[in-house]
Amino acid sequence: MSIKLEDLSTYAKNTWCPGCGNFGIERAAKQAFIELINEDKVKREKIVMVTGIGCHGKIADYINVNSFYSLHGRAIAPAIGMKLANPTLNIVVFVGDGDALGEGLEHTVFAAKKNVDITVIVHDNRVYALTTGQFTPTSPKGFRGGSTPKGSPEEPLNPIELMLVSGATFIARAYSANLNHTKELFKQAILHKGFAFVDVLQPCYTFFDTYKYYGPRVYDLQQDGHNPLDWEAALARAKEWNYGGEEAKRIPIGLFFKADKTTYEDAVLSGKDLYDKSTPRINMVLRSHV
Amino acid sequence: MNHEYSVLVGGQAGDGIRLAGYAVAKLFNRLGYWVFAYNDYQSLIRGGHNFSIIRAAEKRIEAHKERVNIIIAMNQDTVDKHNWRLENEKLIIFDSNNVKADGLGLPLTEIVKNRGLPLIARNSVSLGALASVLGLEFSLIENVIRSSLRRSIDENIAVAREGYEAASNHKGYFRIPVVHGSQPKLLLSGNEAVGLGAVRAGLKLYVAYPMTPSTPLLHYLANNSDEFGLRAIQPENEIAAIGIAQGAAYAGIRSMVGTSGGGFCLMVEHLSLAGQAEIPILIMIGERPGPAIGLPTYHAQGELLFSIFAGHGEFPRIVASPGDPEEAFYLSAEMLNLAWKFQVPAILLADYCLLESTFSTIIDEEKVIIENPKMWTGEGEYKRYLQTGNGVSPLAFPGMEKAIVKSNSYEHDEFGITTEDPELTKQGAEKRIKKSVAIENELKKKTTVKTYGNPMSQIVLITWGSTKGGVAEIAEKHGLSVIQPLYLNPLPVWEIEKYLSKAEKTICIEANSTGQLAKWMKYHGFRIDETILKYDGRPFTIDYLEEKIKRVISNEH
Repeated sequence: MSIKLEDLSTYAKNTWCPGCGNFGIERAAKQAFIELINEDKVKREKIVMVTGIGCHGKIADYINVNSFYSLHGRAIAPAIGMKLANPTLNIVVFVGDGDALGEGLEHTVFAAKKNVDITVIVHDNRVYALTTGQFTPTSPKGFRGGSTPKGSPEEPLNPIELMLVSGATFIARAYSANLNHTKELFKQAILHKGFAFVDVLQPCYTFFDTYKYYGPRVYDLQQDGHNPLDWEAALARAKEWNYGGEEAKRIPIGLFFKADKTTYEDAVLSGKDLYDKSTPRINMVLRSHV
Repeated sequence: MNHEYSVLVGGQAGDGIRLAGYAVAKLFNRLGYWVFAYNDYQSLIRGGHNFSIIRAAEKRIEAHKERVNIIIAMNQDTVDKHNWRLENEKLIIFDSNNVKADGLGLPLTEIVKNRGLPLIARNSVSLGALASVLGLEFSLIENVIRSSLRRSIDENIAVAREGYEAASNHKGYFRIPVVHGSQPKLLLSGNEAVGLGAVRAGLKLYVAYPMTPSTPLLHYLANNSDEFGLRAIQPENEIAAIGIAQGAAYAGIRSMVGTSGGGFCLMVEHLSLAGQAEIPILIMIGERPGPAIGLPTYHAQGELLFSIFAGHGEFPRIVASPGDPEEAFYLSAEMLNLAWKFQVPAILLADYCLLESTFSTIIDEEKVIIENPKMWTGEGEYKRYLQTGNGVSPLAFPGMEKAIVKSNSYEHDEFGITTEDPELTKQGAEKRIKKSVAIENELKKKTTVKTYGNPMSQIVLITWGSTKGGVAEIAEKHGLSVIQPLYLNPLPVWEIEKYLSKAEKTICIEANSTGQLAKWMKYHGFRIDETILKYDGRPFTIDYLEEKIKRVISNEH
């Protein structure tokens, strides 16, 4: 029996601003889940959404699957624990740019380094919205916000470049207004065995409206002859747009890089099922204590 | 007559002093003695001064004395720094190639160099000499060495025999009787005991970032992970450690983290998450002197109030502190079971002296079982935060068919959806309070306070953690009463008041500078007349305790 969009809805009242890019991400995620379930590639009860804190985090309340609404910046570490506890789970971590690249940057880098089989989707609106508009790690230099009335003095971080050097094995960028493209990337990311990272460019209608900025600039890497197995080429494409401002001409979206590598949980568990309910005996080890 | 002996082994970091001390402890343990071995080492890799004091007695002991009978010196520092400790029956066994002293000098360096062995093998030569001095058969020390080393075993036994023979003019200098009829005992450190208890209670994932004095627990579980049926992993920092452990618990396996006070500081936000999202987690805090980096490799009991009050917001937690490896084994298991029964954080407070010292111990693994938590029956819609009489909601894990498990760090409704509704907010807070009450009722069925000495005494010594070992020994000797709360939050007032109602004088003894247990007792309305505090980074010794207690009792302080 196939499931429909409304089966994944909850009774929680949606409180995102009208026009928010989060709607596109939510819709793409739901659609991706539905298709994966109906294509028999993923079981609904195996999906776990892990979220950070910020506007994006509310997605945990809006999609009717297992969820772990964590602390700000602390979504990725619990996701790793879940994967070790039960490697059959499909864990999708929804985080903001503040979560993934500010408060919890170390967890993002180390999860990529580990190549743990989880999917991290960054709602990259490049602004702290829920706290009423401050600059984030990916805001362009000169961003004017509550804490930087004269403009942000810092260059932005480029998360695609960061993931390329950190060891992630699936690295993509999406644009929340391109629903179908975003959904397809989510599906591929979830099915990828290894650490998958999707940076979703998401306009914040209230504090950083970038619809007009992204619209004419984005282009699809896969229609531009990019080979995602070529790491050097991926790095060159990542550097094509450095999360800057008006000077940028073209912004690549799509799959930058993909590789096959042993996953963290396979290396750590080497087949051991931790969900084993038997009580271990300690007497053999105790013999070495006499 | 109660025979007892103390041996000090000293040298610099890299000399393998701790291993040598462990071998001495093993030797006495195999002779039927109760052993306590204290390790004093500095926060460095090479050089400095490290020593172990091994005390062995026919009756149970859990603390060392300042005085010793035998010093085994690998360097001059050991003699110069510890000579004063020698009492009546005494001997220094030293490396005559680099140490000047009176006693039994043996060319330890020469002996190992002649055989092309590294300097660390000097320990084996001196252990051979020790066996001779104690009048023991060589085979005893041979077996100890054989069971302690992984490499170059035969070579080490050969140099041990050289040491044994070279000491022949001192053979039987001490007459060590074998203690007959005593039950074989295990040699366990607090770290090992905590690990063993948790393993028996179903621990499947241990996550830790290295930090003294909890690091040996990470090593022990990692080394034995296949036998114990678990995994021990090291993430990027303590924040990740507790996050990973909480994710694992959400997905249905028992997890634990271990750290020290500084690492626990980093975990505190997640402690609060455990309170709000109701995630079971066992946290071991290895106490060492603070604030900040403090004295990384030394002893303190300074995190009592921190562990009770840490975390933003109001939520239930259990805090308990074992005083020896036997208590550590059973409490660690009990705390893991309680964490799951009530879906709360449980903090095991363990001081340096317990974790890093070695004790003769008897434990019975059969006494520990996995107590299964209340699970969802599979009927109807699953609600992660279902309101129940005692505040505990049935558990389900992601992956279970028909269950949608929504865990939430925001205030939430029964299903786990975020809420800001005043009535639901109130109900959430009350659910957490109900769990506190349920925990207290559960603890009333358990051993929460231990007592020692003379229960009729009007002088009551109150202590916690490993300090109880020495305090109990002094109390037995002088006919005083001792109470040791194993559980510190909730404080078992129902039990403590039984022992304090008739006390004429209450003396609280602990290794910190502000009297944290004394303060916590007073907070609960108990009268504390005196405190004996030690905060120099070193544990209480028998000698020190006896003098201080005598003075306080006779009002001479």
